[in-house]
Amino acid sequence: MTETLLQTDALTVRFGGHVAVDAVSCSFKAGELTAIVGPNGAGKTTYFNLISGQIPASAGNVTLLGKDITRLGVAERCRRGLGRAFQLTNLFPNLSVLENLRLVIQSRAEKGFQLFSMADSHVELTNAAMEILERVRLASQKEQLVSELSHGDQRKLEVALLIGLDPKVYMFDEPTAGMSVDEAPVILDLIAEIKADTSRTVLLVEHKLDVIRSLADRIIVLHNGALAADGPPAEVMASAVVQEAYMGKELDHV
Amino acid sequence: MIVKLLSGDQPRSAILTAILLVILICLAGAPFIFDGVRPLDTAARICIFILLVASYDLLLGYGGIVSFAHTMFFGLGAYGVALASIHMGRGFDALLVGSISGALAAVVLALLIGLFSLRVRAIFFAMITLAVASAVAVLVSQFSAITGGEDGLTYKIPRVLTSANRMGEFMGTKISGKILNYYLVFTATLILFLLLLRIVNSPFGRVLQAIRENDFRAEAIGYRVVWYRTAATCLSAATAALAGSLFAIWLRYVGPDTTLSFEIMLDILLMVVIGGMGTMYGAVIGATLFILAQTYLQNLMGSASEATSALPLIPDLLDPDRWLMWLGILFILSVYFFPTGIVGRLRESRRA
Repeated sequence: MTETLLQTDALTVRFGGHVAVDAVSCSFKAGELTAIVGPNGAGKTTYFNLISGQIPASAGNVTLLGKDITRLGVAERCRRGLGRAFQLTNLFPNLSVLENLRLVIQSRAEKGFQLFSMADSHVELTNAAMEILERVRLASQKEQLVSELSHGDQRKLEVALLIGLDPKVYMFDEPTAGMSVDEAPVILDLIAEIKADTSRTVLLVEHKLDVIRSLADRIIVLHNGALAADGPPAEVMASAVVQEAYMGKELDHV
Repeated sequence: MIVKLLSGDQPRSAILTAILLVILICLAGAPFIFDGVRPLDTAARICIFILLVASYDLLLGYGGIVSFAHTMFFGLGAYGVALASIHMGRGFDALLVGSISGALAAVVLALLIGLFSLRVRAIFFAMITLAVASAVAVLVSQFSAITGGEDGLTYKIPRVLTSANRMGEFMGTKISGKILNYYLVFTATLILFLLLLRIVNSPFGRVLQAIRENDFRAEAIGYRVVWYRTAATCLSAATAALAGSLFAIWLRYVGPDTTLSFEIMLDILLMVVIGGMGTMYGAVIGATLFILAQTYLQNLMGSASEATSALPLIPDLLDPDRWLMWLGILFILSVYFFPTGIVGRLRESRRA
């Protein structure tokens, strides 16, 4: 019996008359990687925003580790174990690579309100940050400003920040978007490593079918904001509703 | 040791180091290096404004928060000392009580403004601070029974700190209480400045910079942005209030024009921008340059105007009354050529 880490119950958001996410109920278990697919505008990113708290829900609940977090703010959800990487790179551009990661580790270590110690004297934070930079192969660029990094390296750092947070629930929003063919595998390997840790769950919004095939244990399909299908990859990809709503068109490209 | 004192944040430029050392030496030895009352007064003003501008830099340069209430906090500290000295009688206890209650009042007010408005948007905070600061300035000038109104307040400070206290001679300079008073200002400034430098280089300071860079992401990695912004506002307000207390101790007078006016708020903004935002050292350079210009530019122009009196037009342009125009031109030029301030510029040239 694996533990349910995250659950949404009839989660809904309306913008004016438009229902962007329509009563989505779904639970995510430890050791599982769930790919969330659907055509553009299906509400995938909005669903993510509801879970991580950037947008308040109009109705329904989000439950994290058995606790209702629907009314909590973004920072509080993060502190309780919800980590999210963003679709558009979303870093601290004029700080160094190392400092970006150090800030994440510092947040987890609850040292943000230390006023009178020197940040650089917290060697354990720097070491932990360096360890992760080694893993994502950014160690040699640690002193560079993030704004000077290539797009691919910024994507890697985006993933590194999430690893630094060490959340229970990892949320990736198109982690390899815009990356070159030879850069993307680094990210995918990292996600595979995270997935191997059976006490975590991973949510992945992704368009690329090969990525989904190689990583996903389960696929959920959103269509017009509603849950259209949910099940193991082979089954979902074969189902008529998905073929029609989404995959059919995409499969032609592959 | 020095690295520790500077919190690992060295000037990182040879020229900048040299300039800072010259300023430090001149301020530390001001009573002995320069003759007369005016230079000492200028030196004390420079110290106080360095502290005031540095506390503003914590907010603007590190936190990315625009506030127009900084003179209000400055004034709270100044009026705290004035009121305590009047009601408790001259004495160090009055100075202490006045400074502490001024700083506490500043923190409480900053906390209220911060929690009320920083939740929403940074621009809303700027507008609220403007409104509150104007309201306080009006209240101070209206409640003349308590605050002395537009005339301000004069009061007595401990005799030890006044020129009536003669303590003999040292290196050809007569040591009076005024010089002691100066060193009180200088030492307090130095300590508080180093403390601010430590704060901006602490884990807390790094979070502030992260929030300035990308508040959305800072929140998403678990920092409650409102609390950090509010804390920065409170710290900055407390330091500004202490600078105000020092000013009140130095001047033995407080009034709306010297502590609360919007002109001073603009001066602070100019000093931060000229010196370089988000560097702390920029406050030192900005305040020094600005106060020197404010004090001596008029004299300089007066003599230049006389020297060129034979020429047409030029003496009119150099008339001492035009000094603000020249200051404005200097400001525009410095923003145009050094958008990152003098300190930013000096550090860049080292990088290139």
